[in-house]
Amino acid sequence: MNETVPLPPLKTTMRQVFTLLAIALIASTTLQAQDGGRKIPAVEIKALNGASFNTGSIENDGNPIIISFWATWCSPCKRELNTIAEDFVDWQDETGVKLVAISIDDARNMHKVKPYVDGQSWEYEVYLDPNADFKRAMNVNNVPHTFLIDGDGNIVWQHNSYQPGDEHELYELVEKLAAGESIN
Amino acid sequence: MKQLQLLSSTFLLVFLCTQTLTAQDEGGGLLDGLQIHGNFDVYGQQYNKDSIIGAPVVPQKSGINAFTNLIATKGKFTAGVRIESYLPPVQGFDVRYGNQPIGVPFRYATFKQDGLEVTAGNFYEQFGNGLILRAYEERALGIDNAFDGIRVKYSPYKGVYLKGLVGNQRYYWQKSDGIVRAFDSEFQLNELISQLETRALRISLGGSVVSKFQAGGTSSLKLPENVAGGAGRFQLNWKDFGLMGEYAYKANDPTKSNHYIYKEGQGLFMSATYSRKGFGVNISAKSIDNMEFRSDREAGLNDLFINYLPALTRQHTYNLAATLYPYATQPNGEVGIQGDLIYKIKRGSKIGGKYGTTIQINVSLINALKRDYYTSENIDTANALLDQQVYLDADPGRKGYKTNLLNIGDSVYYRDFNIEIDRKFTKHFKLKATYAFQEYNIALIQNKVSDNVVAHIGVVEGLHTFGKKHSIRWEAQTLFTDQDQGDWIFGLIEYGYSPHWIVTILNQYNYGNKVEDLRVNYPTAQVTYIQNALRMSIGYGRQRAGIFCVGGVCRNVPAANGLTVAITSSF
Repeated sequence: MNETVPLPPLKTTMRQVFTLLAIALIASTTLQAQDGGRKIPAVEIKALNGASFNTGSIENDGNPIIISFWATWCSPCKRELNTIAEDFVDWQDETGVKLVAISIDDARNMHKVKPYVDGQSWEYEVYLDPNADFKRAMNVNNVPHTFLIDGDGNIVWQHNSYQPGDEHELYELVEKLAAGESIN
Repeated sequence: MKQLQLLSSTFLLVFLCTQTLTAQDEGGGLLDGLQIHGNFDVYGQQYNKDSIIGAPVVPQKSGINAFTNLIATKGKFTAGVRIESYLPPVQGFDVRYGNQPIGVPFRYATFKQDGLEVTAGNFYEQFGNGLILRAYEERALGIDNAFDGIRVKYSPYKGVYLKGLVGNQRYYWQKSDGIVRAFDSEFQLNELISQLETRALRISLGGSVVSKFQAGGTSSLKLPENVAGGAGRFQLNWKDFGLMGEYAYKANDPTKSNHYIYKEGQGLFMSATYSRKGFGVNISAKSIDNMEFRSDREAGLNDLFINYLPALTRQHTYNLAATLYPYATQPNGEVGIQGDLIYKIKRGSKIGGKYGTTIQINVSLINALKRDYYTSENIDTANALLDQQVYLDADPGRKGYKTNLLNIGDSVYYRDFNIEIDRKFTKHFKLKATYAFQEYNIALIQNKVSDNVVAHIGVVEGLHTFGKKHSIRWEAQTLFTDQDQGDWIFGLIEYGYSPHWIVTILNQYNYGNKVEDLRVNYPTAQVTYIQNALRMSIGYGRQRAGIFCVGGVCRNVPAANGLTVAITSSF
């Protein structure tokens, strides 16, 4: 069952890896602006009350949407969502933005999500993605990972990680989207 | 040759993408509406010699794990591929990943229309809580038991969700011996029955059947080639209350890890929740007996699991609480209960302060399941007899032992009691204080000759913000114990300049180790740069040997000294 294949010389494999990385980097830059806009993929996930929910139906009447991937064990994620929660009512009043928080907690912590969300009194739409199906479809590697969706339903911006102050940059972009401007 | 083929196919794929961009007004059929997105992740570590901390000597002096995912979508079709590379695998990841320096272990094509979805190739899947079936990936742990086969998802009617699959599982760069066939059904009664559509009570029911086939191995025993299992689940939600239960059953499945017994396996997982604005409580209970379900009866470690048994303990995030004595599910048998409470003291109140204060309390207790062995009162003797793989007079059915799911044993596997208080004092200052008490069966979980470790852990974390962009976060942690390595102290300072820069310095000191030479410092410094979805970090320092867990599945992180580089991006 355990067959080992002799490795090619290090130089050859290093060259292959660098070629691969170069391809990936080129791909990542050239693929940013694809024709037709990037829509939210349709994946079946769960609502907090156990109902099925299709991510393709995430919409906000032409207003901007924030999609934020988080987990109950991710401290920066909770910091981000709790910090935004402090000003979220104002954000909603000024821009009509909706925040969809997708928890990637698996069966170990899935049942603690609703108590946590209610305990923190979040005004977000929270869903459960216990086997990372939506996370994979959105190409998320680590949490926190936040996406911005414009009024036409296109994914126009994404950001990985969180530190205090990032919510200001996020809100400036939300304001731009609400005003109908485009983000680079 | 294989590598050349894969590199050229990757290049061809990327070439097609770039052509898509230049052909914007030309329509073009295949390329019209085609979207390609993906991500990549590179983690590299350099290894210096450091015998004091017990760092293993690594001849290649470095390890790099890298992968890239690409997903192409057009209308009803989706196709994806993952390329992985281990040159060699980073220490702590299974060495069998190094059997191939680079390859494509994951590729699939999916067609979706109306209520039907068909996937050919590799896929991940979970039935209910995963007690009977869960194929998933946890790249940071090196966990990947993806199926390779066919999966069909069909919803014939509103509220009815059916899934069927057949396939082998991933085994590093190979496939499992065994084939898995499985079926799952879920009924969302509020969608299905129109009278319930607007009711406050939400009901969902589910049932699964899973069967694996593996040709009989070389044994004097008659080993079953087809092993079946199943699970039933329900979930109820009514206003602020929630109740969930899942029961799983596995027919006789003699394997190396259960000492070739013909006993059936059972698992039960239940959870009750009550929550409203500002308050939430969850109580969950779990009991499992002989529920390790793998697609190869000889597999060990974390290999080839068909199912997933969640740990019923808190997932700690602070270093000393999370990486020294973390609990890992014992699939051959355990029983436990956990309670979790969160309460937010209102802002403006006397105790709550200006901004409010959040309190979180968590308690978990895990014990062994009591077993009455047929052949001997001593577990080791009984297992040694069973390992001989012959029919025994004292246990003609080779059931091994007798037990039931409520037979709580005396052996303490784990105890955790922790309380966390979080308070914002001013617009620019937050403080969080945590106390945790842990009792940990280190003999069972880490195979160390020792009594249970009893530890008291204290953590204080502060966050200061300056203006809109600058922040300083610090942590001070201590762990007190008379067992194992003794007392520890940990300190961390992190400076952030939003949105692009983070600088972190941390140190751990094992000041209480009984062996004076092992009272060692583990300093590390790290700089991180973030540009939207691109994150790059470089660190240097000493890494303590520990355990890194996600979801109750753990891997050992060996001690290391040297440079680390991590790059991730999504596009």
